[in-house]
Order: sequence, then structure tokens, then C-alpha cells
Amino acid sequence: MFKLFKIRGGVHPEDRKHFSADQAIETLPLSPLLHIPLQQHIGAPADPLVRRGDNVKKGQMLARSQGLISAPVHAPTSGRIMGVGGFPANHASGLSVRTITLKPDGKDEWGELPSVPDDPFSLPAEEIAQRVSAAGIVGMGGATFPSAVKLSLRKRYVLHTLVINGAECEPYLTCDDRLMREYSAEVLDGVRLMAKTLGVQNIIFGIENNKPEAQAAMRQAIEDMPAVEHSASAEVVGLPTRYPMGSEKHLVQTLTGKETPARGLTADIGIVVHNAATALAVYYALRHGEPLISRVVTVSGGAIKKPSNLRVLLGTPLEALIQHCGGFTVEPTKLISGGPMMGQPLPSTRVPVVKGNNGVLALTAEEVQDQPSSPCIRCASCVQACPCGLVPLEMAAQIRAGGLDASVKLGLMDCVSCGSCSYVCPSHIPLVQYFNYAKGELATRQRAQHKQNETKRLAELRTERMEAIKRAKREQMKKRKAEMEAKKRKEAEQQEKAAVGAEA
Amino acid sequence: MNPPISGPYTHANTSVQRTMGLVLLALTPATLFGLYQFGWPAIFLFLTTVLAALLAEAFSLKIMGKPVKPFLMDGSALLTGWLLAMTLPPWAPWWVGVIGGLLAIIIGKQVFGGIGQNLFNPAMVARVALLISFPLEMTTFNAPVPLFSVHAPSFMDSLSIIFGHSTQIDSFSGATTLGHLKTELSRGVLIPEASAHTDSLWNLTIGINAGSLGETSALLILFGGLFLLYKRIISWHIPVSMLGTLALLASVFYLIDPNHYVSPLVHLMSGAAILGAFFIATDLVTSPVSIRGQLIFGAGCGALVYIIRTWAGYPEGVAFAVMLMNACTPLIDHYFKPRIYGRDRKGQPLNYSEEKDA
Repeated sequence: MFKLFKIRGGVHPEDRKHFSADQAIETLPLSPLLHIPLQQHIGAPADPLVRRGDNVKKGQMLARSQGLISAPVHAPTSGRIMGVGGFPANHASGLSVRTITLKPDGKDEWGELPSVPDDPFSLPAEEIAQRVSAAGIVGMGGATFPSAVKLSLRKRYVLHTLVINGAECEPYLTCDDRLMREYSAEVLDGVRLMAKTLGVQNIIFGIENNKPEAQAAMRQAIEDMPAVEHSASAEVVGLPTRYPMGSEKHLVQTLTGKETPARGLTADIGIVVHNAATALAVYYALRHGEPLISRVVTVSGGAIKKPSNLRVLLGTPLEALIQHCGGFTVEPTKLISGGPMMGQPLPSTRVPVVKGNNGVLALTAEEVQDQPSSPCIRCASCVQACPCGLVPLEMAAQIRAGGLDASVKLGLMDCVSCGSCSYVCPSHIPLVQYFNYAKGELATRQRAQHKQNETKRLAELRTERMEAIKRAKREQMKKRKAEMEAKKRKEAEQQEKAAVGAEA
Repeated sequence: MNPPISGPYTHANTSVQRTMGLVLLALTPATLFGLYQFGWPAIFLFLTTVLAALLAEAFSLKIMGKPVKPFLMDGSALLTGWLLAMTLPPWAPWWVGVIGGLLAIIIGKQVFGGIGQNLFNPAMVARVALLISFPLEMTTFNAPVPLFSVHAPSFMDSLSIIFGHSTQIDSFSGATTLGHLKTELSRGVLIPEASAHTDSLWNLTIGINAGSLGETSALLILFGGLFLLYKRIISWHIPVSMLGTLALLASVFYLIDPNHYVSPLVHLMSGAAILGAFFIATDLVTSPVSIRGQLIFGAGCGALVYIIRTWAGYPEGVAFAVMLMNACTPLIDHYFKPRIYGRDRKGQPLNYSEEKDA
């Protein structure tokens, strides 16, 4: 038996996975228009390579990655570029972001794909990471951090284990569950490639115990596909069903008993965590040369007529997904991208599916349990629920009173925004809202401070420069004056001499 | 559309109303038993006290311009009045209940800013103020005369006991166990001798003894407390550390000199020890929030209860002990926080390389 360690806090939300857990992954028919944002990842937005009117093939790069932490985006199907411009983002703000609009031609014709070697395991690690980067693969659990960066961590850290995050601790979501059940061999292959790239000897699949089928499928895959000499040993570990088990730092703690140092990475303790869906993307990139152009999305919630797991091309408007699932049975109270604990409210159903979008939920009032907040009664439920050992009630009180710095001292920056505190609060205080506000405000302040410092520095430099110019001018004047005087003196002397000579 | 508010977009089945409701439910068996034991006068006093607390709450909310109904319906004022009534002598005159209810809500709670803001447990503020202001009324206890029993005062007699000037109460008066022992000790009578005239330990446990309205049945209160633990409204830390400390201190001194120190079982089963440990010290608003803080808080309460009962002027000290520890809560909360994930107790990030070197 694998020894597990207890994490602090956490909550047990009703998992409500029964809505969609038994629905096999279905491929969504092509939509008439795709909107592909240039930023579907953490880091710099991609730089567009196409223009309005261009014809593109499926899998063709539409925009290239810009900088170290960035990712390219590819054409999900063949068609014509209708434009590169602003379109509402898959984000609570609904702000317009740069987006490529593609009108599919219906042929779904692949472009030229990078050739794949017979045995990708023979590729050097850098080459694999490079291919993952070129395929535009990012963390598909929702964090959307460029995966290639995480695959190159061996350069700076001593690594021993790759943990595959199949916890899927958010209620409703079943996309990773289905994926591990239906594509277990492919996922395992992708995982082994990642392990090889990282140079680690151990692979652990962490899967919550409410997904016994996924656990069995992955175990079976490991049995069927025994480790070859250049791959690491793999093991499936059942995790207790407890939110936020899928938070990578808490997942690692459950598996190893070790906490990731504050402000650090799990790599500090020799472990890298990747999501199961990311592993599948790696498989497609290295075995077939296909870039990341689609993903599995769970469409669920009490207001959805026929909850499903759909394989969807990136850029497909969410309304197409909802329509495919039979639309709403009742007007949903909340539309959410992601899970109900950490997901974001959606401004509209026009926004497109993006790389990190694991779920679309339409929730009824009964499911949301929204109530007006009342004063804190210091019941300490939040303190007991916090997996990070914080005192949310005190942090929120400080933020309310404007004490942002005091809240940082209390550990605001160690908060992972998991929402466990808000979830249990009997007073229904939107604690996460306070924390997100404070984090945003502090970031704004920091930027303002930075700007101020820069302005000051530049102004000082300018004054210095001006002064140097003035000084130089003054010196030149002095020099010239001295020269003039010397000249005058000389002249006078000469005149004198001449006069003396004349007298003589 | 409302501006988007951060998630979660699901919520546990919790509310302030539910929390207060469960505490009231947990108090119900002990309360009903107390009302039965002490009959109509106790029922009148109980209703008067609770009504005074509710009216005080409504009045305070009104003059502060806060919405009356939602706050009144959260059950906190009802709980305060209820708890206060449970700690009053069962046949105390009506005005004791009224003044108590007003003190608890207005001085104990609303002056601090209402629910969640008070430093001290409102019911204990009222009880201590009453005890100091009306020592006679607050220490006149009577032996139990259950409803419908032969000696029980009739409905009309009961009205005059609580609302009028009845001398009938004198014929029923009886001292609490702790009070009796304290008086006898001060007269030079040793404990074993003095105990001969007190209620048996069994009576103390099930509650057939003189005492405050709802404090007598240690067993039923314990049941209520366990129910709250089961429902996770309270955690075990405060009750266990409070009763543990009280039992430990009582045992040590009892073992040293059983002639002058009351036995630990009597300490636990009499007075407000159990009620205090499960329902008063655990008051959410006025107790620390961290586990370590709660353990310290509970231990402090237990130690103070023992000290006050044994060496101070009063035979009972739960109210004083809890209030003194309430005053320490902000300090405890400041110094005893949980350890943050990925950091050591001092708040520095964990450093494994140093560990290896060492």
C-alpha cells in the first residue's frame, strides 16, 4: 500500500460528477466560426503570423510564441482567416482580447506536420521539450503554464518523480476522468515521454478515490504496457476525495508528506506535476506531430439538459457546446468556465473554448446556494478549512479596513484562492473576493510603484545629464574666456612690445 | 447584471441561523429538564429572560438603523437570553431576568457593534453584573420540586414567586453543593463531614439537586455538547482542555489533602463546569480561532475555574473564568496562529537544503 500523508484543512463539497461521469467523450461537430485568442496561456500573448483573407490548413501555426514564457496557437481546422482583432475573452471580465477569427471550409484538411520519429523516446530531452513547446501545449488543468518550461526543469533542479494530477477535485468536472478511462494507453505513453524528458525514475498517477474506473484503466494500461528500459516505473495511487486535492502543492504533500517551500516550486523537493490531459496532448504532439488544437470539456450543471463530455476544437463558441447538450432546462443562475470552486463566471456564451477551459457549467440557484453575507461570527470554520494554514477571517477583516500590507503579513500571498474558506462560511462572506481584490490591488500598486521609481530614476538621470551639459558648457565658456583673455593679454603684450619697439 | 463575484459558486449547507439553531437544539434537553425540575416559576423566569433579550436586540437594531428582522432571526439573541436564563437561580424574581436580558444584549453585545463584535460572552457579562449587583437574589437557590409533584407551587403561586412578593420561596431554599461545601469549609468543617449533607454524585450527574435553572443535569448537558461535536459546530479542543485542566488540578489537590479540597468528580459534575465547557467557553465569537489557541484558552478557563472555586470568595467561577479568558482571546489569536503551508513557525519559507546539511 502506498503511504499517504494528511493535508491540513480542505472541504468535502458534493462532487456531483454523476451528471456526466458516464457520458463517453463525444466529438462536437464543426462550428461555422472559430475565435482563437492569441493568449490562452500564462505569459506573453502569441504573435500573429496570418492576416485577413489568408487560407490556412489544419494544424498550421497561426501565431508564434513570443518570449520564454509563451505558447503558439494553431489552426484547429482548415479555412479562411476572417480577421485578427478584439473579441470577448473567456474570462469574468469579458474584456476584448486579440483573437484570430477563422471560418472553417469544412474540408478539415491537415497542413504539413512535423515528421515524427518511429521511437520518440530516442529523441534527446531538449528536442522533446522543443516539440512540446512548438505544439503550443500548456497546463490543461486550468493553470495554462507553458508545459515545455516545466519539462525543462531538470536543468535547474534535481528531480526524481513525475506526478500526474488526475485528482480532478472540482465538483462536476469529469473530463480528466473520461480521458483516463478512454485514452489510458495514450495518456501513459505521453506521461512516459514526459518522464524521460524530465529524467525522473518514478511516475505516480494521483487519482481521487471517487474515480475507481479511471484508476483501474490506468492500472490496466501500466500492466499492458510494461516499462521499457528507458522509461520510469509507474504507479497509480488512490487519493482521498477531498478538495483541494488537485492543488499541486497539496497533491505532492499527500504523496510525499513534504511541503513545497513558500514561494517555491514542487521541483524544490524533486517533483514535477503535470495534468493527465496535458500528457495526452504530449502524446499527440510526439507520436502524430499534431499541435494542441482541441480539448475535452465537461458541459454540466443542473440547468444543462444533457450533461456531456465533449472533444471540442479550440475557439469554438461555448453556445455551440451548450446547444449540442440540448440547451438549458431552466434559466441558469450562474454560467461558469471551470469548476464551481475556482472557476470564473462567464460574461456570455459567445466566448470561445480555450486551452485551459476544462468545464462549462450552468448552475441553478439551488446548486449555487447564494445568500447575502452577514457579519463574521468568528466561528473559525475558515481557519479549519484552509489548506494553507491561514486565518482567512483576519485577512478579510484587514482588507476590509484597507490594511493590505497587514493582510500580506498574515500570509495573503500564500493563499491559493481555492475557495474552501468561502465554501464553509456560515455568514456567506465572499472571502476569496476579498483576497483576489487585495492581490489585484497590490499588483496594481506594485506596478505603480515600479513606474514611479522608473520615472524618478529617469528624471534623476535627466537632471544629471542636464547638469553635465551645463557643467560642460560652463567649462567651455571658462576655457574660452581664459583663451580670450590669454589672447588679449598676448595681443596687449605684443602691442606693448610693438609700442616699445616703435619708441625704440 | 451584478458585477461578477469570485467563486466558489457552490456552498456548504451552513448559515449563522443553522449554527445558532443547532446550539439551541443541543440545549433543549437540559433546559426542558431544568424547567420540569423547578416548575412554573422557572418557566416564567425563562420566558421573561428570553423575551427581554429579544426585545433588547430589536430595540438596539432599530436605533442603530440596522435591519431588525434578519438579525433577530439569526437566533443569536435568542441563544444569549436562553443561555443566561439557564445560569440564573430558577426562582429568581422576574426583574433579574429582565435586567439580565437587557445587560446581555445591550452592554454585552450591541455596544460592541452587534453580532460577532463583542469581546465578552454576552450571557456571562449579564450574569457577572447581576451577581455583583444583586448578590442575594443571585445566590438564593432552591431544591428541585418537579412540575405536578406534591410540593410543587401551583400556577398562581408561581406567578407570585416570580412577579410578586412571595415568602414561599424560603421554605424551598437549598444551597448548591459547591456553595454548601464552601460555607462549611469556612466554618472549619472538613469536606468528608460536610459532604454528608450534600447531594450524591449521582444526583449531581442526572440533575436532581439545587442549582441554576439549566445547569443541574450534567448528563443532559453533556449529551447536548456531544451533539454539537458530532455536528462540528464546536471542536473538542476547548471542552477537553477546560475539563481536563479542571480535573487535573482538582485531582492533584484532592490527593494531597482530601479534607480541604473537593473531589474532582464533584468539581466536574456540579455547578456550570459542563455547561461552561461545551456551551459558554466554546462561544464562537469570543474564543480563539486556532487549534493551539483553543487549547490554551480552554486550559486557562479550567485553571481559573478551579482557582476561583477553591481560593476566591465565590463558590462558583465559570462566568468569571470565561470572561477573563475572553479578554485574552485577541492576545492568544495574535500569538498562536496556525503554521502557514510551506513556512516554518516563524514564517520563513521551509528550507530543505539546510536540513540536509545539519
